[in-house]
Amino acid sequence: MAGTAADESYPEGLLYHPEHDWARVEEGEATLGITWYAQDSLGELVHYEPPDVGATLAKDEPYGELESVKAVSDLISPLSGEVLAVNDRVVEEPETVNADPYGQGWLVRIRLADPTEAEGLLDVQAYTHLLTEQ
Amino acid sequence: MVAFAGWEMPVQYEGVGPEHRAVRSDFGVFDVSHMGELEVEGPRARELLQRLLSNDLDRIVPGRAQYTLLTNERGGIVDDLIAYELDPYRFLLVVNAANREADFVWLKEREVRGSDVRDISDEYALLAVQGPRAIDRLRLDAARPFTFAEGAIDGIECMVARTGYTGEPGVELLVPAEDAVALWDAVVASGAKPCGLGARDTLRLEVCYPLHGNDIGPDTDPISAELGWVCALGKEFTGVEAIRTVAAEGPERTLVAFVMEERAIPRQGMPILEGGEVTSGTHSPTLERGIGMGYVPAGIAATGHELTIDVRGRQRRARIVEKPIYKREERASGGNGG
Repeated sequence: MAGTAADESYPEGLLYHPEHDWARVEEGEATLGITWYAQDSLGELVHYEPPDVGATLAKDEPYGELESVKAVSDLISPLSGEVLAVNDRVVEEPETVNADPYGQGWLVRIRLADPTEAEGLLDVQAYTHLLTEQ
Repeated sequence: MVAFAGWEMPVQYEGVGPEHRAVRSDFGVFDVSHMGELEVEGPRARELLQRLLSNDLDRIVPGRAQYTLLTNERGGIVDDLIAYELDPYRFLLVVNAANREADFVWLKEREVRGSDVRDISDEYALLAVQGPRAIDRLRLDAARPFTFAEGAIDGIECMVARTGYTGEPGVELLVPAEDAVALWDAVVASGAKPCGLGARDTLRLEVCYPLHGNDIGPDTDPISAELGWVCALGKEFTGVEAIRTVAAEGPERTLVAFVMEERAIPRQGMPILEGGEVTSGTHSPTLERGIGMGYVPAGIAATGHELTIDVRGRQRRARIVEKPIYKREERASGGNGG
């Protein structure tokens, strides 16, 4: 069954990419996902096309796809690195992203190729400011 | 909102999934006022339409409607539509929005003395109220599919037709444009969930109703599209000879329905590696997997045959299934049958 949609939120402590992706950076690794705004724009998600474990992601480049009934959207990687894990729960139940975009709806975990890249991402204030200009 | 054939239309209200499920289990309402309405009147109206439409109008009587095709000289499909016999000298044609102008011109150019074709689309609005509870909740009496009558919903007079595009029981309500908002409000007040174009597409594709412009068009013939059942090949109408030839020799390609065996959502235009391409594809909210239709070589157009869809460079397996992809009875057996 479809999960219920989450309320709009943009947690402190995450780093954001202008293409509406987030990264939670911890000790040389990062967990990636899409923001509340992105899942709301796409609508109820019905398909997640993940990268392979071991694949190399490049910052600002597509690494997978999320698809709703009406549209398909490339996932843009906020950081470069090697895929350590893919969230199989989202593969099985893509609507998990609608219900919990920053928690159970994470998409991949990567080992960072260059931790200094994170300095180029947005903090929550900068990202929410960008949303007001959309 | 999206622009569609000159109209601003909602793709969804609450969401395609919830709207789709409401129509399969309860009921919903679609504003389909973008559809065109043409009226053909006069002592020779029937004769004109018998020569231009594929189905046999002599099979219906006043108060009955018929799914039929407007065909070109090559046997291609100019449009698919529903013809309503209002009285022996007056017919209403409900046509696709994108073809309204072309259909009108097509008919007008072929008009004969004693038949008058008018485009009355701007005078009417059309609401489709669809789903297993639609008839009850609108306090209508049961009636057979493809019949229609004058009626009223909450005191608002309209034409009540037992037709639709979802595979569910329901009605389409033709109402003067000035009463449209009041009728919409009355239907929503009766409990119908407002539904947009998105759910209309997923619902029709689950039951394999072709969409003109995707699955059928001026370059596809009715036999290849498996619409031979609406072609009265014993009568004379535009393009009938070409259609008879395809029927006699067998089509080279056939429009089949398929269900994805692997996770992927087929979309219009994706190549089918065994030959042909996807003409309609989506995620089926009922089956919770990718479904579609497409033309494949007739030699492999058999139920159970495996297909490979090129999904943006990835090869994904699908299997040809019998039409319709979704059958109402199957679901009823899992519930209370109501």
